[in-house]
Amino acid sequence: MSQPATLTWLASHELRLSWRDWMTLVTAGGRSRLRTVVVTLVIFAAFLHLFANWLVAGYADANLAPDAAVLAGVTGTLLLTWSLLLSQAMESVTRAFYTRSDLDLILTAPASARKVFSVRMSRIAGSVVLLALLLAAPFVNVLAWRGGAGWLAAYGVVAALGALATVAALALTIALFRTIGARRTRLIAQIVAAVIGAAFVIGLQVAAILSYGSLSRFAALQSDWMLARVPDTASVLWAPARAVLGDLGALAAVMVFASVLLAGSIALFAGRFGEHAVAAAGVGFGVTRRHRWTRGFRSRSPARVLRQKEWTLLRRDPWLVSQTLMQILYLLPPALFLWVTFGSKTDAYVVLIPVVVMAAGQLGGGLAWLSISGEDAPDLVGTAPVGAVRAVLAKIEAVLGIIALIFAPLVLALALMSSWAGLVAGLGVLSAAGAATLIQLCFRVQAKRSQFRRRQTSSRIATFAEAFSSIAWAATAALAAAGLWHALLPALVAFAILAGARLISPHAQA
Amino acid sequence: MSNVNRPIALALRGLCKRFDRPAVDALDLTVYGGEFYALVGPNGAGKTTTLRMVVGLLHPDAGAITVDGIDSLVDPVTAKQATAWLSDEPMIYDKLTPFEYLEFVAGLWGIDATTAEARARELIDWLGLGPHAHERCEGFSRGMKQKVALAGALVHDPKLIILDEPLTGLDAGSARQVKNVLRERVAGGGTVIMTTHILEVAERMADRIGVIAGGRLIAEGTLDELRLKTGATATSLEDTFLTLVAEEAA
Repeated sequence: MSQPATLTWLASHELRLSWRDWMTLVTAGGRSRLRTVVVTLVIFAAFLHLFANWLVAGYADANLAPDAAVLAGVTGTLLLTWSLLLSQAMESVTRAFYTRSDLDLILTAPASARKVFSVRMSRIAGSVVLLALLLAAPFVNVLAWRGGAGWLAAYGVVAALGALATVAALALTIALFRTIGARRTRLIAQIVAAVIGAAFVIGLQVAAILSYGSLSRFAALQSDWMLARVPDTASVLWAPARAVLGDLGALAAVMVFASVLLAGSIALFAGRFGEHAVAAAGVGFGVTRRHRWTRGFRSRSPARVLRQKEWTLLRRDPWLVSQTLMQILYLLPPALFLWVTFGSKTDAYVVLIPVVVMAAGQLGGGLAWLSISGEDAPDLVGTAPVGAVRAVLAKIEAVLGIIALIFAPLVLALALMSSWAGLVAGLGVLSAAGAATLIQLCFRVQAKRSQFRRRQTSSRIATFAEAFSSIAWAATAALAAAGLWHALLPALVAFAILAGARLISPHAQA
Repeated sequence: MSNVNRPIALALRGLCKRFDRPAVDALDLTVYGGEFYALVGPNGAGKTTTLRMVVGLLHPDAGAITVDGIDSLVDPVTAKQATAWLSDEPMIYDKLTPFEYLEFVAGLWGIDATTAEARARELIDWLGLGPHAHERCEGFSRGMKQKVALAGALVHDPKLIILDEPLTGLDAGSARQVKNVLRERVAGGGTVIMTTHILEVAERMADRIGVIAGGRLIAEGTLDELRLKTGATATSLEDTFLTLVAEEAA
């Protein structure tokens, strides 16, 4: 065992905490379910590899020449990955600043706070890199299997992207602290993280729609306009793309650059991290958000009171606002596509409807998770003269009400284009959001809403079931919009997912 | 005061609850209307489990619970109409203001808006929350949050208030305010059942004290009656309590 308070000792402590956090996330706190979870993860990994095979197998042995088009395509994909990683890294850094947990212990212990925070930042970088590697693994594995070991170099590039995302997240968050202060940084950083995660994808889609009338994000990257403006193929900016294509020299350069930058940033920010964490810890004290008293009490039914409470709490939750904002941002390209193609008598809605339905399922699941499982005063609601079923129903109504409010304009616009499209979209939105809500209901746990900041504390099984259910409903809606009876097949899959979730849910087994 | 002609506010008969071991074991308990009843006992004795079953947060394995003449296992919603619960951890919504919280609670209990608002204003003044009535609770101290939770418990004018360690973490001033409010409730005919580890509070405030250990009621009565049971006549409740618990353990 290493000497106490040394870097290695602190790192082993952080590693132990990370491992236990991860185990809790994966097993939802129940070690007895570990075997089921491992089997589920193996099946899921196999599914992802099949999906990756379908998506990238064609590129594996294509002997891609590093010309401008290929380099732009690969770089675009890397930038897309990086924006998602940056979003995740900002979320992690913000959480590290604002989670009080052991801060009192660290700052009152006779150990170097600088050392402690260096290790903590390394832990963040490690988790982001790990996430990046896990996300990329199915694609890299398939490429290496079909096209040779040269593709394994992509792992190094992905790890470097994770490190660079952490560097950018640290710099951005600390810059926010310095410019707008600890009190406002949390909300702004969460919104920035959400927007960054979506911005690149959305930007490319918007460019593609405006230029080519297509939702494909690669249309803009491969366009003549873009290729005429990208740097020369010998430019150092293409090093990550070249590394992915198997250039080991470029790979070494990218990895060294990322490692040096990460180490330098940790050394530079370690002192400030502590200062800002202390400032963030003080934010909870003395917060006074006054609301002007403009109206008296209103007589309403208990169900309405419960719904209203949910809406007020959701509206006042900055974390949720940022998460919701991201879901709504993804709706902008379809909305723009609808706008551009409106009145042109095309069948564009067949492409749009699944996007809208998928978004409704994801947003519905997220809201349902927070609303159904997150309850700050469970004893109050539990002891109120309101039936337990009525209380849960009120929460479901609150979630579906928000979904209806957000998606009604899109569904209405589709209905104006084609009444069939409007009907399919409306039913699809309701089905996807309703199914996601029911899945979250099956896997509900009771905890304070403030403990639900991390979406990952939700059951992994519930999250996957919710995602697959949304995909199945999106497929159903797409096929139904095209007037195909085959729509029944994904609908049956969606019902099977719901039934499966019900069967394996902890409430059914209790 | 004689209990002969007083209505029964709470009756527990043969109440049982088992987790990995029996937490409440065939408990019989009667609390009368207008009474301040203190439930004391060592850690893990079954006090909180008992009260959580009374307010409907836990379902008993066996036994009967009657609140204000209503079988709460048969008609829990009507029984809850007459009851308020306050735990040691103030459970309120950080994103709501005290006024909004009280409006929410009054709405849950179906109280008329005019009556509820007047009562809410009175409680807020009474508990010294006036300057903070329209601020979100997220910045409040624990004592202030506990006062907001207490106001929530009182805003629907319950006949029976059940409190689990309500003075935990409160400063002396806040604790006195809470005690005064509870005394006023009892003086006005309400019934209060409270668990506490602060035996001086039970000694000073309670009409009757129940001592619970191992999930069973091992002694009950006024302070004098409890003293008599231990054979000592001039000891404090603390001495009496420790003697009773030691005898039970033996």
